[in-house]
Amino acid sequence: MGSSVKTESNLKDSSSKKINFAEIIKRHGILFVFLLMIIGISLRTDSFLTQNNMLLVLRQVSVKGIIACGMTYMLIGGEFDLSVGSLVSLTAVLVIDFHDILGPFAAIIIAILAGISVGAFNGFLVGFLKLNSLIVTFGMLFVIQALTLLYTGGQYVSVSNQGATWFSIIGRGFIFGIPIPVIIFGIILIIFGVVLSKTVYGRYLYSVGGNPIASKFSGIPKTYITFSTFIITGLTAAIGGIILGSRLMSAQNYLGQGYEFDIITAVVLGGTSLFGGSGSIPKTLIGVLILGFLSNGFIMMGFPYYVQWVVQWAILIGAVWMDVASKRGKILA
Amino acid sequence: MKENECILEMRNITKTFPGVKALDKVNFEVKKGEVHALVGENGAGKSTLMKVLSGIHSPSEGEIIYQGKKVEFAGPLDAKAKGVVLIHQELSLVDEMTVAENIFLGDLPRNKFGFIDWKGLNKRSKELLERLECEFEPTELVGRLSIARQQMVEIARGLTQDVNIVVFDEPTASLTQEEEKVLFENINRLREQGTAIVYISHRLNEIFQISDRITVLRDGEMTGLLNTAETNECELTSLMIGRDLEDHLDFEKRGRDEIGKEVLKVEGLSKDGLFNDISFSIHEGEVLGLSGLVGAGRSELAETIFGVRKADSGKIFLEGDEIKVGDANKSVDLGIGFVPENRKEQGLILGRSVLDNLSLAKIRNLNRYGFIKGREEKLIYQDYQDKLDIKTPSSKQQVKNLSGGNQQKVIMAKWLCINPKLLILDEPTVGIDVGTKAEIHKLIRKLAAAGIAVLVISSEMPEVMGVSDRILTMYHGEITGEFYAEEATEEKLIKGITGIEAGACKVG
Amino acid sequence: MKSKTGIMKVKDNFDIWDFVQKNSIWLIFVICIVFFSIMTPNFLRVRNITNIFLQSSFIGIMSIGMTYLMIDGNFDLSMGSIMALSAVLVIGFMDYGIPVAVLLSLLAGSAIGALNGLFVTKAGINAFIVTLGSMLGVRGLVYIYTGERALVSSELAFSEISAASVGPIPLPVLIFLIMLILGELVLRYTSHGRGCYAIGGNYEAAVNAGIKVDKHIIINFILAGFTAALAGILMASRMNAATPTLGMEDHMIVITAVVLGGTKLDGGFGNLIRTLGGVLVIGMIRNGMNLLNVHSYVNMLIMGLILISVVYMDQKFDPLEE
Repeated sequence: MGSSVKTESNLKDSSSKKINFAEIIKRHGILFVFLLMIIGISLRTDSFLTQNNMLLVLRQVSVKGIIACGMTYMLIGGEFDLSVGSLVSLTAVLVIDFHDILGPFAAIIIAILAGISVGAFNGFLVGFLKLNSLIVTFGMLFVIQALTLLYTGGQYVSVSNQGATWFSIIGRGFIFGIPIPVIIFGIILIIFGVVLSKTVYGRYLYSVGGNPIASKFSGIPKTYITFSTFIITGLTAAIGGIILGSRLMSAQNYLGQGYEFDIITAVVLGGTSLFGGSGSIPKTLIGVLILGFLSNGFIMMGFPYYVQWVVQWAILIGAVWMDVASKRGKILA
Repeated sequence: MKENECILEMRNITKTFPGVKALDKVNFEVKKGEVHALVGENGAGKSTLMKVLSGIHSPSEGEIIYQGKKVEFAGPLDAKAKGVVLIHQELSLVDEMTVAENIFLGDLPRNKFGFIDWKGLNKRSKELLERLECEFEPTELVGRLSIARQQMVEIARGLTQDVNIVVFDEPTASLTQEEEKVLFENINRLREQGTAIVYISHRLNEIFQISDRITVLRDGEMTGLLNTAETNECELTSLMIGRDLEDHLDFEKRGRDEIGKEVLKVEGLSKDGLFNDISFSIHEGEVLGLSGLVGAGRSELAETIFGVRKADSGKIFLEGDEIKVGDANKSVDLGIGFVPENRKEQGLILGRSVLDNLSLAKIRNLNRYGFIKGREEKLIYQDYQDKLDIKTPSSKQQVKNLSGGNQQKVIMAKWLCINPKLLILDEPTVGIDVGTKAEIHKLIRKLAAAGIAVLVISSEMPEVMGVSDRILTMYHGEITGEFYAEEATEEKLIKGITGIEAGACKVG
Repeated sequence: MKSKTGIMKVKDNFDIWDFVQKNSIWLIFVICIVFFSIMTPNFLRVRNITNIFLQSSFIGIMSIGMTYLMIDGNFDLSMGSIMALSAVLVIGFMDYGIPVAVLLSLLAGSAIGALNGLFVTKAGINAFIVTLGSMLGVRGLVYIYTGERALVSSELAFSEISAASVGPIPLPVLIFLIMLILGELVLRYTSHGRGCYAIGGNYEAAVNAGIKVDKHIIINFILAGFTAALAGILMASRMNAATPTLGMEDHMIVITAVVLGGTKLDGGFGNLIRTLGGVLVIGMIRNGMNLLNVHSYVNMLIMGLILISVVYMDQKFDPLEE
């Protein structure tokens, strides 16, 4: 960094010498929550902080984490996608079913194309026709679910000869002891993080979400940016579906049900605003990890999975409330 | 009650917002049975004054005397309860509900079972409508009424209690001429009934048609209190937008014969209801002023040239090549920059950093394979921060924390760094402190000297006259005059922007 | 801001296009009847018609609450979960007697509704997010309460509630129709009803007119919770059991029925009579598809497509200024 950058930061320091605790908590509060939670859970269980458990959690969160990266783009751009859960089911079913027909490689391509197509359709409705993304994708949630059900006839689909294919590696394999889904998640995190913070596209995304009108007045092609976020989210959902399919070597209609809720909660919990224009991939990672460790911790403490739904309800409301309240400077509207 | 009794007096009202003095010792009074017009350009302080009156803002200094007593209303509802009704340009009506319901919205009459007394509601509404001589039924849906009639509903709503003052804020903005006539008849009727009327507008012909007295505001200051019968449109316009020539505005201008090659040519550009058959051109190194009052279609024209609006017909040429109208993305590629009128809504991504905003247009050319060249971006930032003297603690500062003047500089820098061929500036100095204003004026001349074609839109006469080589006047969506700097006088321009025939006007 | 220039119309001029547009649900209604009665011989039998009404009454009751909410410009995705919660509670508390059990589950449903309403109004969070949260959260409560198992009641008297009928009309249908009429009267003749239209039609105007906006919105969320609970109780009574997965897709069907009935997505417009039309059309589609032996999944597909098309129509006839 150049010398003038230094003077700038000096300027800033001199203007606010006192450490502002409220500001720190506002900025990094989520990290404190995360640490407290980990300490709390590890005090109550023995195996929580072991390396194996850590890897297990990472593997568990990787699918949702990948889609959360797409959803982060979506929310920064100021839109929503509620159809990702259904899309996970659809792509998982497609990849499994086509595996035995066309082979694993073609099956993966088909699943990815399906994810991109559905995303493009959503993006067309929201970006070009300017429809409300919440309701459109809410409708699409059911349309996709129904298509999946029609496709499978409500049956499980599975790969018949599981020993004879490399396909299971994606979901089950390890490289240097690290599960492959975690590696894929890591790669996507890096790509998405870098694109968001280093590229023109990332800047445009923040602008479009932050102020669509001013973006238009700066010559930014808002329609195409919005359109692209849906394609990207569709793509991440497809990758998630493929990994899930590979891990289970089978799929069924309700595989991804409720994912949209977990994913939006994670992204918002990380601190990405529902109003668009702010957020980041590292924040999303933290949100995803908190939810992942929470769910793992709950299970280790002997709670059934659905207890977590209730906790997540509170977390979602709490996280959004904090965001809304900090925007308006008051707790209550 | 006496005819010329002052029912409302606002004395020495000053209102400061952080960094801006919106009102500076303004006096305003209304008498019973008079229509008192409040005029001024955008940002002159008309709305702020009325917000102070209704209690939305409390004045920093000064007092309000209403019916002989000092008052401070708690808000529009409180004001209404005490007889002061404000009718906004954007009507506060529910389209889906009936006239009667809208009149009594929030206070629907109920019968003894707690159900809405529709009969009574309609009867009482009918009475009110008859008092205003309205020819529509209380049972009609408001969404089905013309705007003029909707305004009458709003007035009728005010009459559910005793009303002493009715404030009309730009009431004719969306009215047809026929509807305007109806409105004026109704205003006259209210006046005859002894109601005091405050009429806010920037349309001069209406003001002469309807008002008894006029108070003129400019930049938060009161510049005149006139009897309508004793003044004319030219004097009024001069009070609204004229100003003593500031020292720094004494620039050297280009004459008729020093003009460079053509940069932009607009041919027959029309958009229904906004502007009609506009043709002009701007040349290299020329500052073209576009002068007109609010509503003349200036901003819309500029937005169309830049491409955020589409036109019905007409062509735009940049350096001889026709460009597609309505594609802002392409315009930026071609080197057109646009500093819009509304900084916060149209100009800036408020939640992002100064750096992000400054480089927002440039980054399309400042990348390799989509990756922003961070170091070069930083250099450009430092260059322009230095050149324009943008005061910010850091490049990472959120732009919303900057002062208005510095925000404007960021937007200017955003366009300057793409090395534009054409720069359009829409009201570049509105709401900006005097010092920064002078800087921006100097900058405009400097840009022209560097060969950029600059289109400056402004409703401030001295600004237009001070910086432009050539000036176009616009009135009612049409170009009404063209003047070179050496031949432009305030008188000539005012004729152009008020649409008055030559010779009918003498500026005092 | 809506453009006002398009709605200047001459008085007393009966606008046929407008009338058709507003009442298009009845056109769809007739088309559905004709279509299904041609396609399936049993469709128009009295027994089947009664059946359609009975099946529709659960969705219908919830649609009443949803219509109120949508008229004031809000939304509830958690109704299906609330329905399940009240169903498992009413069965679970059967030992304390039917009245106690019923009262308790109605209370629980209303309480969840109140909570939603408070989050929306007082915390100022988007209704979609609030109810997306409670949709899963309440479902979690249901699972916790039941331990993922279906609850079965041994109280036969309870199952008689939904089996009872007044004359030829089954009790749930009667309850639905009475509530519908009462609801429509409240919408038309009370300050709460008119307040809802004002809030949804022009929020600012409602605030400016001194309408207690938050109060009305909270009431409607409570109403939505209450109607969902009522539907859940009747459903439990019909099966004399409650499964934790009950009503998984019902919020979707309810929303589709209401918007199909012409209630505007951004509020201010709609009424319960047209909602009835929407409910019956949805009921006919579900029933007819069943008679045609079409997979029940197709229903979901149709619901989704209807919803998206209605959003599109909504947008097309009321375009944003862009």
